Amino acid sequence: MIHRLKAHCSIKQLREIRAFVEKVLKSHAMSDIEAYQIVLAVDEICANLIIHSHQGNADESFEVCINYKDKEEVIFEIVDEGMAFALNQYSEPNLKDIIIKKKKGGLGLMLVQRIMDKIEFTKKNNKNVCTLCKKIDKDS
Amino acid sequence: MVEIREITNDEILQLIVVGEVDASSSIHLDNAIRKAMEAGHKKMLVDCQGLNYISSAGLGVFMSYLEDFNDKGIRFVVYGLQDKVNHVFELIGLENLLKIVSSRKEAEAYLNDTQA
Repeated sequence: MIHRLKAHCSIKQLREIRAFVEKVLKSHAMSDIEAYQIVLAVDEICANLIIHSHQGNADESFEVCINYKDKEEVIFEIVDEGMAFALNQYSEPNLKDIIIKKKKGGLGLMLVQRIMDKIEFTKKNNKNVCTLCKKIDKDS
Repeated sequence: MVEIREITNDEILQLIVVGEVDASSSIHLDNAIRKAMEAGHKKMLVDCQGLNYISSAGLGVFMSYLEDFNDKGIRFVVYGLQDKVNHVFELIGLENLLKIVSSRKEAEAYLNDTQA
């Protein structure tokens, strides 16, 4: 079963997105810490998409889909029609640089990369699709 | 949604953070720390027992002040992180850059330790 949520491109929607993801994850029995981290990864991708690809324009929207593969892996697809993100042009920032420059951003994708097993940005039917995969620890 | 209460006693400014700090609400945490710094507080303690969620936007707020804390000789300590929240600090190694302790007692001891 695929779970879907359509959201407006406003950062005020992040709370609702997190609640949606958490509800689906919790229905599949998962530890609090693991669920929190997966929710966080999805939140980071959605926040980046809303702020950088759509400039917080609430008239625009995107979709979050959640799918389980053989109960061993959870797969998220975040689909939008904004400006595509080029992962190959991203390099992980140096923490010291962030501190010296007093930057408040730049940590989101770093967290996603630490949490998820796979991150992919592709184009399907003229839409941008960010796919996040996470293997589920069955013992949790 | 986040609620931040400020209490000052004995030179120590306490910020009690309750709720969720994400891309939408991190501005409140940012404003609270900036205001405290502008008011000249040299000892700050952040009570995170009620912090249920933090994303990179919130972690970024803490990081963006580390240089100022150093330059201005401000003692800044975070305490009472829930396990799930603490894990996020550890994911990027923030526990090595920011003073994080478990209890209120340890936090106050750090702020009042003249040798540190």
